[in-house]
Amino acid sequence: MSRTLMKGNEALARAAIRGGCTHFFGYPITPQNEIPEYFARELPKAGGLFLQAESEIAAVNMLYGSAAAGAQAMTSSSSPGLALMQEGISMLAATEIPCVIVNVMRGGPGLGTIQPAQSDYFQMTRGGGNGDYRILSLAPATVQESAEMMEESFALAQKYRTPVFLVSDGLLGQMMEPVQFDRHTKKKRAGNKRWILTGHHHRRPPRTIKSLRLDPAKLESHNLELQDKYGRISRRETRFELYRMNDAELVFCAFGSTARIVKNSIDDLRQKGCRAGLIRPQTLWPFPVQPFKTLPESGKAVICVEMNCGQMVDDVRLAVEGRMPVHFYGRCGGVIPEPAELSEYALELLTGGAA
Amino acid sequence: MQNERILCAGFGGQGVMSLGKLIACAAMLDGREVTWMPSYGPEMRGGTAYCSVVVADRPVGSPIVTTNATSLIVMNLPSLDRFEQSVVPGGLILLNRSLIDREVGREDVVVHALEATTMAAQCGDPRAANMIMLGAYMALRGTPRHRHVEEAFSLVFGSGSSTSFNLNRKALRCGFDSVSAEAVIRKAA
Repeated sequence: MSRTLMKGNEALARAAIRGGCTHFFGYPITPQNEIPEYFARELPKAGGLFLQAESEIAAVNMLYGSAAAGAQAMTSSSSPGLALMQEGISMLAATEIPCVIVNVMRGGPGLGTIQPAQSDYFQMTRGGGNGDYRILSLAPATVQESAEMMEESFALAQKYRTPVFLVSDGLLGQMMEPVQFDRHTKKKRAGNKRWILTGHHHRRPPRTIKSLRLDPAKLESHNLELQDKYGRISRRETRFELYRMNDAELVFCAFGSTARIVKNSIDDLRQKGCRAGLIRPQTLWPFPVQPFKTLPESGKAVICVEMNCGQMVDDVRLAVEGRMPVHFYGRCGGVIPEPAELSEYALELLTGGAA
Repeated sequence: MQNERILCAGFGGQGVMSLGKLIACAAMLDGREVTWMPSYGPEMRGGTAYCSVVVADRPVGSPIVTTNATSLIVMNLPSLDRFEQSVVPGGLILLNRSLIDREVGREDVVVHALEATTMAAQCGDPRAANMIMLGAYMALRGTPRHRHVEEAFSLVFGSGSSTSFNLNRKALRCGFDSVSAEAVIRKAA
């Protein structure tokens, strides 16, 4: 099995083609540009279509149209670009269109910076679009995991007829790491295609895809069906990794690239005699509540570390349900925390220094 | 084996990104865990450029080494000014004497200086100064393995012309051999 040194962004694009992606629509934005660059070069060779749209709004609506016609389509952008797509994402959720949307997060709000951040946790789990909807959000922490989750995302989208978010960031997208593509060859499932719009040619009843339902009873029952599906996704697809959690007294929670940095701190803290561990959500929605319900008895406190001003910490607090104190440590604006500052914060916390 | 955290810095066009990629790729071929992380801010549009490389025996956590480098490979003066303090005590600063006309101020690091740009010009092209630095790095650190670096040439640059391959190979050898000839200027106390 050979390892290839690849940028996270390139690995995402390559894995998407392996996962069955046939159509890509997007508009350039740093730090995700290697993704459309790769697709522009490689997708036509694989028999697919690459199209650079005139804006993110156009891109998400092209995604909507092509996936409604049965394409395995995706788009990719970074934070402010995702903000522009929110209306379309609400439509995709309402009409249950399977597709994949990549967010290589950068610092915000507004145009912010092109440097890495995780300040779109809310955007990726609460949505900026209207209505009661949820999007399955996969959050890799390595280039290998980026490839594996990306490849699988198309099957998940088809399985549940839902848009899927792949949540990366500037750090994970720009860095290179060895990746193996032969390690993971899941056959893509075709899924039920009896809803796609391909023209009835007077041989079958016409099909309609729409989000407008003016009859309250009909819209309510549609919502309940969606909620039922979100329940199934929560039960079956919630994922997390535990790192050195067995006897942990200090429980870190972090996702994506921040989780990598936290692992360094945990190893460092363990050498200093402080038993630290990590709960790493691999799905942001559904959020893994279970490991917080079964925290080890040794546990004294939870520290949520994010590259933002405190977003996932809300979900951590809901999951911990007041069983122990939950602290937050964040850096933002493109500043990346260092393992040493996290260790320092943790040790201060244990000795009663930090708030 | 020790974990190695390398910072490669210079100005755009000196090949510091490629230098870092070659080390990461060759170390991967050596069987080690690696990461490479570029500066992708305004630097990409000109001015100073740098990249972080981590080589370890276990999966790498933070890929950023701008504050705790065990080796700094530095190609020009502004980069030395910026990153001199980023090296841990006992670490290595490998510098391109051709473009850096001051001494390293620190007493607690190993410094090795070589006329990389001049030596590369003698090999046929001053743009191969990064290969001179890479050769010297390999000689000083004993890693990554020579044949893996040569294998990494085609993986990183693609199957380019044999002219550039031969130039890179020659410059690499020249940098490697210069280390045994030159003395390490200053050792850690």
